[in-house]
Amino acid sequence: MKDLTLTTLIAVFEEMFGRTLFWALVAAAAIVTLLYLYVLIRDRAVSWRKFLLAQLSMPVGAVAAVWFVFTITRSGLRDIGGAIDVIVLLAIAAGGAVGAAILVYTAQSLISRPGTDQG
Amino acid sequence: MSRPLAASRRGFLGLSAAGLAALATTAPARAQTIRSTARIVILGAGAGGTAFANRIARRLEGATITIVDGRKEHWYQPGFTLIAAGLKPASYSVSQTADWLPEGVNLIAEHAAAIDPVAKSVTTTGGTRLDYDYLIVATGLVLDWAAIEGFSTDLIGKEGISAHYHSPEAAAASFRALDAFTDKGGKALFGRPATEMKCAGAPLKITFLAEDMASRKGTRGKIDITYAAQNKTLFGVPIVSEKVRMLFGDRGIVPAYDHVLKAIDPGARLATYATPDGDTQLPYDFINIIPPQRAPQVVREAGLSWADKWTDQGWLEVDMKTLRHLRYPEIFAIGDVAGVPKGKTAASVKWHQPVVEDHLLAQIAGKEGTATFNGYTSCPLITRVGRAMLIEFDYNNNLVPSFPGIIPPLEELWISWLMKEVALKATYNAMLRGDA
Repeated sequence: MKDLTLTTLIAVFEEMFGRTLFWALVAAAAIVTLLYLYVLIRDRAVSWRKFLLAQLSMPVGAVAAVWFVFTITRSGLRDIGGAIDVIVLLAIAAGGAVGAAILVYTAQSLISRPGTDQG
Repeated sequence: MSRPLAASRRGFLGLSAAGLAALATTAPARAQTIRSTARIVILGAGAGGTAFANRIARRLEGATITIVDGRKEHWYQPGFTLIAAGLKPASYSVSQTADWLPEGVNLIAEHAAAIDPVAKSVTTTGGTRLDYDYLIVATGLVLDWAAIEGFSTDLIGKEGISAHYHSPEAAAASFRALDAFTDKGGKALFGRPATEMKCAGAPLKITFLAEDMASRKGTRGKIDITYAAQNKTLFGVPIVSEKVRMLFGDRGIVPAYDHVLKAIDPGARLATYATPDGDTQLPYDFINIIPPQRAPQVVREAGLSWADKWTDQGWLEVDMKTLRHLRYPEIFAIGDVAGVPKGKTAASVKWHQPVVEDHLLAQIAGKEGTATFNGYTSCPLITRVGRAMLIEFDYNNNLVPSFPGIIPPLEELWISWLMKEVALKATYNAMLRGDA
């Protein structure tokens, strides 16, 4: 690929999902991340009880992310052909796991009142 | 247990703002625009012409840009193989030509009927005369179906005949023929023409996909697959040809070298091939036909073709590094019609863009352009549903991988499939808009 710049990448992603959906997804990811940072700063502490549930959601997120990519690309585990494939697969799983953990942690923190369950 | 964080709400807001600012500054500055009253005519609103119109419309102020193409539909041709393998519907490759063009570019929905490079004018099929200062020939090529005796495009999808190069609809009809054949079994023939052709990997892809389809259905044992190669290789790049030979061996696909399809007998289901030892006939239950390919008549009649190369095909006589016509310096070629070795692909079209843009704009500004094209082309060579080889090469048969050491070009990989399946059309569309 020639001139793989940030602008090119954004243009490609806009085409992939449609401009509206792409920026909606970016906004959703940004909002969840900001809310996560917000609750951390608001509570000025990591709640390990919430973090436990968040950790439990990680495998679910990992499997869901891999399943999603396999489904939209009509492929499966038998198509993994080399080292880079394993790395990409693990990266997708890790992304799904971290995403799920942040989402679950943030959701719990926003639902429960601050300071009620510091353990 | 708790761990206080040494951060404040204000600090957090400041951090977010800094992040946004950083994101905003990473976008590169747009290239400078040039004031000019030049009249630029682009022949063809396919991948090459459309992308180029979008690019120069941004760079030129005051210029008259006219694009000539009689086809209302824009076809995403890299999708045809996926349609022919039943992975995508025909609509996957169809959009409207007019939807991709920028404002300020004048579309004439007619074909070019004549080019006069001396008087610098183009006449359309509707009789409109367009005088130009600069001409971009991006007409693409024509598929010479008449060269295959006994074949007619009405037969596509019937009698075991497939021809997915024809159109998105023909690709869908070709899938129906392949689907029926792989249910039943028999002898399948694939192959490629002896002329230059668009996407030389496509005949191999459809062969691999047919084999994969039969394997998944459990009918592979009832099927013989022969691949008719036009010479003694399976691909123009020797190292890739060898790899394909090994994969064919692995998949039980039998190559028939020096076999060029010249006729079919749909009733008797016999295909006639020209070989160095004379004509030979092979029986088939399923055949995939890709005809010889040539420059459009209008280009050949204008005297713009090479006189001593590809004389039966008529590709435009251009410098292989700058794509500028060797006799008419105000004419450039983009895409399939260019008379350069290799690379009648969308990937090459993408790389032609900045080179022709550089030379054209430099010429308008009275300067010399500096960009050069090294013959780059790429072929995500699908070897089965879920795997592909990301093959990229140049004029000199060198492999030029975009991700050396990370994505090996001669390995069947899932990531290469992901790129073809997910990112390729998006990249193509971004290119059409002049953004990639």
